[in-house]
This record gives sequence, structure tokens and C-alpha cells, in this order.
Amino acid sequence: MSIEVKIPAVGESITSGVVSVWHKKSGDFVNEGEAIFTLETDKVSTEIVAEKAGVLETRVPEGREVKIGEVVATIDDSEAPPEEKKAEKPPEKNKEPEEKKKESEAEKKGAEEKAFVAAGADRGRPGSPTPSTTLSPAVRRVAEEEHVEPEKIAGTGKEGRLTKGDVLAAVQERDKAAEKIEAREVQPSADGRFTRKRMSPLRRKIAAQLVMAQQTAAILTTFNECDMSAVQELRAKSQEKFMKKNGVKLGLMSFFIKACVEALKAVPVVNGRIEGEDFIQNNFYDIGVAVGTERGLVVPIVRDTDTKSFAELELDIAGFAVKAREGKLKIEDLQGGTFTISNGGVYGSLLSTPILNPPQSGILGMHKIMPRPVAVNGKVEVRSMMYLALSYDHRAIDGKEAVTFLVKVKECIEDPKKLPLDF
Amino acid sequence: MMEKFDVVIIGSGPGGYIAAIRAGQLGLKTALVEKDKELGGTCLNIGCIPSKALLTSSDHFMFAKKEAAKHGIMIDGAHVDLGKMQQRKDKVVKTFTGGVRALMKTNKVTTFEGIGTIIAPGKVSVKSSKGGTQELETKNIVIATGSAPVELPFAKFDGKTIVSSTEALTFAEAPKKLLVIGAGAIGLELGSVWNRLGSEVTMLEFLPRIALGFDLELSNLLQRLLTAQGITFHLETKVSAVKIDNGAVTATATKSGEELKFKADKVLVSVGRRPFSEGVCAEKIGVEFDDRKRIKVDKHFRTNVEGIYAIGDVIAGPMLAHKAEDEGIACVEIIAGKSGHVNYDAIAGVIYTNPELAGVGLTEDQAKEKGIDYRVGKFPFRANSRALCNEDVDGMVKFVADSKTDRILGAHILQHAASELIAEAVSVIEFGGSSEDIGRTCHSHPTLSEAVKEAALNVEKRALHIMNR
Repeated sequence: MSIEVKIPAVGESITSGVVSVWHKKSGDFVNEGEAIFTLETDKVSTEIVAEKAGVLETRVPEGREVKIGEVVATIDDSEAPPEEKKAEKPPEKNKEPEEKKKESEAEKKGAEEKAFVAAGADRGRPGSPTPSTTLSPAVRRVAEEEHVEPEKIAGTGKEGRLTKGDVLAAVQERDKAAEKIEAREVQPSADGRFTRKRMSPLRRKIAAQLVMAQQTAAILTTFNECDMSAVQELRAKSQEKFMKKNGVKLGLMSFFIKACVEALKAVPVVNGRIEGEDFIQNNFYDIGVAVGTERGLVVPIVRDTDTKSFAELELDIAGFAVKAREGKLKIEDLQGGTFTISNGGVYGSLLSTPILNPPQSGILGMHKIMPRPVAVNGKVEVRSMMYLALSYDHRAIDGKEAVTFLVKVKECIEDPKKLPLDF
Repeated sequence: MMEKFDVVIIGSGPGGYIAAIRAGQLGLKTALVEKDKELGGTCLNIGCIPSKALLTSSDHFMFAKKEAAKHGIMIDGAHVDLGKMQQRKDKVVKTFTGGVRALMKTNKVTTFEGIGTIIAPGKVSVKSSKGGTQELETKNIVIATGSAPVELPFAKFDGKTIVSSTEALTFAEAPKKLLVIGAGAIGLELGSVWNRLGSEVTMLEFLPRIALGFDLELSNLLQRLLTAQGITFHLETKVSAVKIDNGAVTATATKSGEELKFKADKVLVSVGRRPFSEGVCAEKIGVEFDDRKRIKVDKHFRTNVEGIYAIGDVIAGPMLAHKAEDEGIACVEIIAGKSGHVNYDAIAGVIYTNPELAGVGLTEDQAKEKGIDYRVGKFPFRANSRALCNEDVDGMVKFVADSKTDRILGAHILQHAASELIAEAVSVIEFGGSSEDIGRTCHSHPTLSEAVKEAALNVEKRALHIMNR
């Protein structure tokens, strides 16, 4: 008889792990209680032991991500152990029983996830693995881009080979299953003290990006403030004409984009990025403008901001806003920016420390415009003020450069004549 | 009483002789019965092979006459010795049929000359033209008797003036005026041969298009190119009478309500082929035929009578030599207890004009008719490096692919070398491949095959050497 080796539940909130090392190979005889592989999860690294003695047959390669409950090997206990192995003393028993108590929630979840993996896999014949070397080029591309495992998809091509359509269908099924999990009701905990709900893929992506940024760069924030009077006055004066001519409002953002272009030209290092041990200096000015949407934050990129007019910039931004609302932003719209501007002011933020948008080295935080008393020529006056924040990657940018950049932005906003006003 | 065979195959065309080879390979005791003196059937003797020999020869003549000068090769007074050309053709056929006979020996296939008649299941009599009848006992019979040209009731073949493809391959001199009825593969090919060799060729077609079954866009393009070569086309033209008077022919036809008369020295009737199984007497022992006189078989090529199978032109499906061959192989594999299979979605058709027209799978119109959500990718040879080097830029490649799965549903090529180029698409279709599979496969440079890749890329609007539309 052959028994299945499944990934055990190893702790609350852990739904998957990686088979990091096989201690035994397919065909090896394993003794009961003997470690057969190491399971690595976000939190722990555990040796998984054989529950019975027999001949091992592994099902997944090393380094493969596996779900709780997934079958990763079988042990055929009908085979007798070879003579010399008999002497071997089984290592200490694992603390499994204790851990089993914690399974409840995680396992339920694991089972559900397994169900959707199986849904994608069960369409054809098992036991006809498709070695990656024989996959067609399109199948390879889709599998790599979509992170699906070709071995788990049933092929409809000649002699069970995978076609591009098979892989696309598997991706679709997976996404549908994932959506289903997301769409499921918010689950209250047993005692009703908290609820559990799966984050949306976008939320999860944002989470991963932000943590990655924090972990990779040496983020530091410098602050300044600027007097918005001149820009506000100029906008009020030109608004009607601008609107009539271009069909779009003259917003604040175009001023800040242009001010950043000037500042980036003055302090080019802010417009670069670190790649491995190299520093890449960008000589173009594609600036991301962070936009909050119902589903999360997106940062569409306004291209070639140095050569665009104020009107073109405002039109681009307005176009992105519509696309974002309709969920029509394309990946290309979001890729390849060199610097980012984030405006927390629209939600009323007075001050914040923005997080970098990797691999970029700088992000400007705009904030709420507030009438505040400030000293002007030795007298206290009430002016429309905004705090500015520049978060930067200290690995690439020195404090002096960062401060100089932000001062340059401030100067351009306080005296818009320094900008190439073209309206 | 004769020795007992495992399988007796009636008809030695590409379906029959290939089936015989495969049967021999599988260790079956095999007999091949052929009514004619030479093996090879229509294809080798009076079809594919001699027509290709003449097409190539006449194409070379066209090169010498019209193309060579473009390459700086000056050939003055290039002319045709038709006798020599026909002799070469005969030699090609003889080499091939001789080769088939040798292959029968190597594969231990016993051949019988004479008309094969099924007397009863398991019993075939062979009546030799030299007189004498032999009776063969066998476990299985494969009918592979092929097809014959369709005759028009008002224009019966006389072998001299009103001819079929058979005679049109053996003209001793180019007719001054040749009238071709039917602009399908055979008409277009033989019309091309005689047009190149000096005949004034007029083609009459009942349908509003030429090359039925092939992609309409490429067929129309081919028609324009052949017109430029000097062939006159009359489409939607229905021939109602053909009269011979003093060796000259007058064909009467109607075209959009108007009566037209066409005068010619010879008329080639190439309106299609019909299944041929006369003399086999299959009907006498109860083998069922369909309404088009084709032998009915199941997907294992079994007729309704146990132990009797049929393949090739005599059953349903396109009348193509390679279709018959694959059926022959599958059929005897099934007889030998293996699993034979023919994928009818991956059988290409070719018209060997210049440029050649080749197609496999669905045409764009067929995809539309079936209501399939499809995408098209095209690439003209004008933008292909090798075609430019070759001074051979007419034509294009066209793919029809499923919008959702990107699976290639059809591939269509118009080019001088289309018959060879189509093979790549056939392979990929056979494997259920996508346009992206071809697009992501490295093609040698500079080659015509790059145009196939580019057309595949154009399905996703990312061909490299053209504006993608």
C-alpha cells in the first residue's frame, strides 16, 4: 500500500511553504520518523518526517511552493527495508501532535485553496507529467509570466501535450477561483472578536511593494514648506481662459510636475536609481502621479514631462483619472517612471513621510493647503501654506542634494515665473 | 487455391502502395492488386507527379524567358523542345514507379496485375489483362481504388479534343487556344503549364471565384497574378454546350444572362473528380455507399462489411494523395491491432501554380461562418528579405487564429515556394500550437520562412518588418 505525504499545517495564518531540501530521493527507503524534507514557511523551517517506513517517491522538485495539505510524495510501505538500513535508529519524534491543535483555521483555508488548485489540474490525465523542456514556446511564456505550474495542467494537444489555450484556461480558472475566495463573505472568528477576509490581489501587491521598498532602500524624509499664494493667484487669473482653450482645469499638479522637472534638472541624482552595484542616471522625466482609486493606490506615469505644456500635463492627468476610475489603466501606463509625486493633501493630510516607489530614488509628498500665520518681511501675515516632504533613497542621494532639490521645488512654486509658463 | 494473405489492397495509388509498405513493415502478409501495368495509380502516372514535372519545366522556361534578364543573365532565343520536356516527365514517372515496385519487394508485398474484384468477404479475384484469373484468400481487404475525372454530359471526353487531365499532360504540341472548364487545382495547374508553353488559355468557372476551398483573399490575389501572366478568366460562367466542328471547338456559355461563345483547339474539362471503384464489385457483396457514390466507412476505415476497409479518394474527404497515404497507414495499423489516426484538421491543400497557393485548416470565411471569434495575421513577401533577394515577392502568408486561445485554426500561403512553407504551419497545427508558438520560434535569416513567423507575429500585431494593422 502506498501512503501520501501531505504538507502539514505548521501554524496559524500559514497557508503555504516551500520544499527547500529533500533529504531523501525518489526510490530511497525511509524509516518511520525519519526526516524526509525541510519545509520552509514565512515564519518557520520544519523537518517533515515519514509517518511510515517504505520506499519514497517524491512528487515535487526542491524549491517548489506548496500549499498546506498538498501531496508532495508517496511512501510505498509494501517494500521491505534493505538489510543495512534496519540498524538505523529513527530520530526523535516530531512535535506534531501539539501543532495539530492549531490546525483548525489554517487547515480549513488550506483545503479550500487546494480545491482550486485541483480544479485546474483535474481536467485531464494525471500521471502524464510534461517536462518543461518539451513545452512549446508560448506555453513556456504564459507559464512563466502567470506563475502557473505546467505539471498541474492537463494538456489537450497531441498526446496530451499542453497548448497555449490549456495554460490560458488554467490561468483563467485560477483567477476565477481566487476571485471566489476574495468574494466570499467576511468570516467572523469563533468568538466574534475579529473577522478574516482575504485581501484583494491589488492590496496584496501594494503591501508587498511597500514592504519591499522599506526593506531595500535607506529611506529618509526631508521637509519644507511653501507659500502657495503666487500659484493660487495665477491659477485664479488664468483659469477661465485655460479651461476654454484646453477643456481641462489648470490644476496644482502641473505646477508641481514642472517644479519637479526644474529641481530634477538641478539635482539629477534624484532622477536616478540604484541597480545592483550601479547607479543608473535617467535623462528623461517620466513622473508618476499617485492616484487613489476605490480598489487601492495606482501610480500612472506622465511621460516626457519636460517637453510637455501645462495643458498637455493636465490633459494626461485627467485622462489617467478617468481610466483609473473605469479600471482601464494598462500595465504600460504604470511602468517606467523615474520620480513620483504623491498628494495626500486631497484627503487633508498636513504632513507625511511618503514611501519610495521602487526602483525610483525620490518621491515628493504634497499636502493640504492651510492658511497659516507666517513671518513675511518681519511681519506676521496669514498665507496659504503647504508642507512639502521629499522621501529619498539615502544610498544614492546625500542629504545636501535632497534638501537642495526640495528648496528648488519650493522656490519654483513660490515664484512661478521660474517655470516655463506657457498658457 | 492461393496462399492466404492478412491483407489484400486493391489499388496501388499513394493510398494503396503506402498502406502496403506499412502493412509489410508491421509483418502482415500483404498483397497489392493493380489494374494497370505500372504501380502508383493516378498520382504517379497521370496526376501529381507528371503535372509537377511539367510545371517545373515550364516554370524554368518562364524564368529563362522573363526573369533571368532581371538577374543579369541574358538568354537569347530561349525556346521549348516539348518532346524533350515530355521525355523528362516520362523519365521522372518511370523512376518513381520503378521505385515503388522495388519498395514492394523490400517490404515483402506480393503484387498482382489485373482488376481486383471482391467475390466475397475474404476473397478477391484478380483478372489479368493478359487473361487468366487468380483467386486470393485474405483476412482483410482494403479498397483503395481512388478517383477518376468527372465528365460533363454535354462534353464527353474524346481523348483528343475534349480531354481530361490525363491527356492534357501528354499534348505533343501546345494547343493554340486552350479552353479550361473549371478553375480548381487541376485546371489552374494545367492551364498554367500550357499558358507558359505558348497556348492562349481561357478558363471558365461556374463559381464567382477560383480555387474553391482555399482562402478567398489569396485566391483572388492568385487570379490577378495569373491574369497578368496571360490567362483569361471568366467567372460565374456556366458552360452549356461544347461542339466540335472540323477539329475546332466552340463552347457555349452564359455569364450574367448573356450568352458567350468560346472557340478553342482543345478543351480541358477539370470540373472535379469522382470516386472510382468500378470492377471491385463492392456493392454486390453489400458494401454501402453514400449519396455521392463514396464508400461509407467509420472512423476506423471499416465498411459495413466485416473485413473490408476503404481509404483515399474512394471515401469521403478531400481528394488528396497525402490524405490517402495517411489513411492507408492508419488503416493497416488498425488492422494490425494498433491505434491509427488521421487528423483531418491538419491536411494541407496545394495548387502548384506560380506562385503556389497552399492552405491548411480553416479559411477566414470558414472561421466567420462557424461563428468563431478569430484573429488574422498577415505578412506580404514584399517585406521579406529572401523574397527580395530571389526577385520573387508576389504573395503573402495569412494565419487565422482563435482570439481566446491563440490556437492556429488555419494557415494560408501564396508564394513560389508555398507548398514547402506550409509544412511548418501543418506541424504546429498538428500539435495544437498557437500563433505565438511560431512567433517565438527562431527562423533562419534570410529565409522565406521568416514571413511565416512574421505573419504569426502579426496575429498579435507585433510583426517586425511591417506596420501592424
